Amino acid sequence: MRRWWSIFPGWVINLVIVPAASVVLGFGVAAIAIVATGADPSQAYLALFQGAFTNTNAFAETLVSSIPYVFLGLGVALGFRAGLFNIGAEGQFYIGSLSGVFVAYSLHLPALLLIPLSILAAMAGGFLYAGFAGFLKARFGAHEVITTIMLNYVSFLLANYLVTTPGLMLDPHTRTPRTPYIDPNAALPIIIPQSRLHAGFLLALVAIPLVWLLINRTTVGFRLRAVGYNPGAARAAGISVATTTVLAMGISGALAATAGIVQTLGIQHVMTPAVASGYGFDAIAVALLARSNPWAILPAAMLFGALHNGASFMQLQTQVSSDLISIVQASVIVFIAAPAIIRWLLRLREGQVAKVAITEREAISSV
Amino acid sequence: MTAALELRGIVKTFGELRANDGVDLAVEWGRVHALLGENGAGKSTLMNVVYGLTTPDSGEIVFDGRPVVIHGPQDAIRLGIGMVHQHFMLIPPLTVAENIILGQEITSPPGVIDLETAGRQVSELSQRYGLEVPPRARIESLSVGVQQRVEILKALYRGARLLILDEPTAVLTPQEIKGLFEIIRNLVAEGNAVIFITHKLGEVMEVADAITVMRRGKVVDHTTPQQSTPADLARMMVGRPVLLRVEKKPAHPGDVRLEVKGLVVHDDRKQVAVDGVDLDVRSGEIVGIAGVEGNGQNELVEAISGLRPAVSGQVLIGGRDVTRRSAKSRLHSGLSVIPPDRHRQGVILELPIADNLVLEDFDQPPFARWILRNLRAVFDYAAALIKQFDIRAAGPAEPTGSLSGGNQQKVVVARELGTNPEVLVAAQPTRGVDVGSIEFIHRQIVDQRDKGLAVLLVSSELDEVLSLSDRVAVVYRGRVVAILEGEEIDRDRIGLLMAGGAAA
Amino acid sequence: MFELAIHASDVTVFGSQTLVTATPLALAAFGGVMCERSGVTNIALEGIMLTGAFVGYAVAFASHNLWLGVAAAIMAGVLIASIHAILSISFLVDQIVSGTVINILAVGITGVFYRTFLETQQVQGPGTLPVWSIPVLSQIPIAGPILFQNAFVTYAMLVLIGVVHFTVFHTTWGLRTRACGEHPRAAETAGINVHFVRYLNVLASGALAGLGGAYFSLQQIGEFLPGMTGGRGFIGLAAMIFGRWTPGGAFLASLLFTASDQVASRATAAGIHIPPQFLGMLPYLLTIVVVAGAVGRSIAPAAVGKPYRKA
Repeated sequence: MRRWWSIFPGWVINLVIVPAASVVLGFGVAAIAIVATGADPSQAYLALFQGAFTNTNAFAETLVSSIPYVFLGLGVALGFRAGLFNIGAEGQFYIGSLSGVFVAYSLHLPALLLIPLSILAAMAGGFLYAGFAGFLKARFGAHEVITTIMLNYVSFLLANYLVTTPGLMLDPHTRTPRTPYIDPNAALPIIIPQSRLHAGFLLALVAIPLVWLLINRTTVGFRLRAVGYNPGAARAAGISVATTTVLAMGISGALAATAGIVQTLGIQHVMTPAVASGYGFDAIAVALLARSNPWAILPAAMLFGALHNGASFMQLQTQVSSDLISIVQASVIVFIAAPAIIRWLLRLREGQVAKVAITEREAISSV
Repeated sequence: MTAALELRGIVKTFGELRANDGVDLAVEWGRVHALLGENGAGKSTLMNVVYGLTTPDSGEIVFDGRPVVIHGPQDAIRLGIGMVHQHFMLIPPLTVAENIILGQEITSPPGVIDLETAGRQVSELSQRYGLEVPPRARIESLSVGVQQRVEILKALYRGARLLILDEPTAVLTPQEIKGLFEIIRNLVAEGNAVIFITHKLGEVMEVADAITVMRRGKVVDHTTPQQSTPADLARMMVGRPVLLRVEKKPAHPGDVRLEVKGLVVHDDRKQVAVDGVDLDVRSGEIVGIAGVEGNGQNELVEAISGLRPAVSGQVLIGGRDVTRRSAKSRLHSGLSVIPPDRHRQGVILELPIADNLVLEDFDQPPFARWILRNLRAVFDYAAALIKQFDIRAAGPAEPTGSLSGGNQQKVVVARELGTNPEVLVAAQPTRGVDVGSIEFIHRQIVDQRDKGLAVLLVSSELDEVLSLSDRVAVVYRGRVVAILEGEEIDRDRIGLLMAGGAAA
Repeated sequence: MFELAIHASDVTVFGSQTLVTATPLALAAFGGVMCERSGVTNIALEGIMLTGAFVGYAVAFASHNLWLGVAAAIMAGVLIASIHAILSISFLVDQIVSGTVINILAVGITGVFYRTFLETQQVQGPGTLPVWSIPVLSQIPIAGPILFQNAFVTYAMLVLIGVVHFTVFHTTWGLRTRACGEHPRAAETAGINVHFVRYLNVLASGALAGLGGAYFSLQQIGEFLPGMTGGRGFIGLAAMIFGRWTPGGAFLASLLFTASDQVASRATAAGIHIPPQFLGMLPYLLTIVVVAGAVGRSIAPAAVGKPYRKA
């Protein structure tokens, strides 16, 4: 039995219908959990929706929450395109915050200089940190999944050390473990009055076409895709797989680091000891949902932002834990990553649903 | 007498490809049955069906007079069918005994492996069939020839009465091939049946009792060595008389363009693979490298391309020492390479044809300015090459993966020749390619040679080397054992040299 | 004389703490060994342990029976690992992606049900698993109290070192497991059902990591807290790698990692200034060193991480 939606072209199916169906199904799975707790899914989801969208401030907060997901998702997606699984976005996020915040509180310059400098410092930190994992892969064959997981924890501990140690980044004027506040000029301006929506959102909107351009229209991006698809052929054509691996991990890390500093300059204005936030896994989910397509990162990130933002209101209103959204996310990844399930549910032909970028990696060398 | 195996109307399709298209086959006990065909004729698919690795779309299998359904290797093993795969199915870090008993372990108490007894049984079995193996050695420490014996023992240990050998001689030395044929004769003398898959005519004539020839998924003919000549078999295999000689004018060699001096190269396991090779290729000539696969040819090609470091010695292109230069810099100084493995090194199937055609020059003008690609220039260039090299495709934007093997290989050839190189290293330039494309690619290589290109041809198909080369270098164990020219280029003599026979 | 006694008891406390805190790491690592030896990467150990910790506690709480809780933790581990198995083996989903799914899902499920059913409970919890002193053996100086004065999960872990080692290296099952992890196609041609072997190993890793989860909620503190495994599943993964995919090695690596924690806390107390964060980094940095192959050659199963597709 063929359904009416199977007449759409491939890209519509892959970038719109399948992700949308995955999200709907994800909500369906989570609804089962809500019922199991004795609550009413329709009320919970209504609250979730209200919390995320129903007034200007709620919507602004949704956008605020989606900002880091855009950068993190772009970072992981770019890694995927180069055949790399950067599971360390969370660590790079903290390294980015650390190096960026250092500039933002120690230098006192006009905003037009200080903000870009802080972001550049963050990107440099993220580039080096993730690039190190790329280097370990390129030079020693150490699998990036393992090294980036390990580097995540190293980054938490490093952040804690720096933020709590006198003479390093600890604010000498306080007893709480935190860095000094950033220079007011480094704070990202608010773009909707009476809300927390800051200029980081505009940066995210600019980052999307830039990353698309980088991947699809530059020689760097070409190198990256060639290596991602077929490292053997890329190498035989004179492309340095090692350099490309380091570069791709580095850029991926720089994007994740941007998420960190934008969050710091836009919201916190200070850095406190790191706690595992789950950003790394969320970033993977965003990239998978967007099928590693930079344009599709925006709706995917906004969905995740809405979920996170709406979840707290839902918890407040209906006593359903905000952790529910993790169930939604996990289910969405399942439906995206196992296209056979969706294909069967939507009665699509084989070949109409593309494999996820990541499964195109022929093999993991060794984990 | 009942047949050992009878196949009736086996059909197996992979997408559009009909790998087996109604195949009938009857193999008798006590006979060696050769299954002959070109690469891609469907021989391996057919045997995978028999061994249960592939489920046929339709057709019947009758084993020893009984219709059977084979769902997996377990079923095949239970029936007494054994298979030695072209790429050995052995687990490198495990021992010989462990590999042999795997799946039918000897245990005491139940569930616990009794390696003592297993080792003893393996020794007994190996003595009985004259297949000597060290039971306690790890597979990874053994030579290819010994590994093959382990494979055969593995099948015999499982009680195989019908043994399928898939291209068993591809990686063996002539001596090892002799030994293998002896084993095969012993096996059939005991009443077993052997199916011998190959595309080498000589071996078929030597060892087979019956022959089935396949082409494009269909059986062309059933015959015997007595009823047919090698020329008949060749014709049946390819479907029309083969051009044994490519028409070409006498060579007019010019200056030396590619020079290799005392080159020593290691393989992945840090063993010497290329052992002091000296070679030179002049403008306007084709030098062919003949040798059994695995005698250092791939390492030589990679060392010339810059993909593998030289331990010592030199590589010169156009008189310049490039030994320490990167692959990229060599490709930009007049070297072109057709790599031996198209899918792993030649093309990126996921990318459009156009991108594959500029894979080496995508960052050079006019294809890029600073880091921005100029897609218009790329597509214009691609459209021209597609026309020039007769690549059958919808257009430059078509993903390379949707082309046939022959057209994919033409993409590689077009890319490498499109840059007007000084030196071409062509490794297995026609492997897995249809006959029409083979002719086209050979024509291109010869035409370019006539225009002054220096060509180093590496091929495991001796016929290809013989028909294209102006000079032939024979390699054995990483050394050039002879360089022959003109009248000296003689098939028998080269065969002997390839086998390590002393230079005549 | 007196000083020596203090010294000995210090050693005992140090050793005992090291061993006890190594328990969940080692169990997770054993799970990793079973799973990865068969060719399936398992970064889901963290999520499996968290699920085990939660379900074990919930069942113990509801039934007032700690042993039912332990059994439930193991079952829960198997159940959630089965998702990893179905996705990565049957649906050929990338094993890292499917591990990620488990890790996210575990946070969701434990968080949601914890909030609804446990967070607001004022009733007395089920307590913790009893410490069993083994007569005679526990009287041995120093080693006795360390090894023979423990609670169930730690004893189980010690026994499992041998059990897992024997299974992997001396049984039919182990041989088949290693074959599937090194060269699944060869295993299949030898008549082995690769998917079946991998399934059972993934489920076994779920059982082991689930038991590891029981350590947190039923042995260590007698309570469940969201996210209480705190990344220990990943340290278990690290221990597995550092221990070269062997149970004995993984156990020793776990001890090394927890001993460094003990050193860190004692050094700070003794006024020695080694920043504890740096000692905390040790497991991660050592693992990076090992995967980079700087210490000898790392010997991951050759086919680990590769979905196996039948022809």
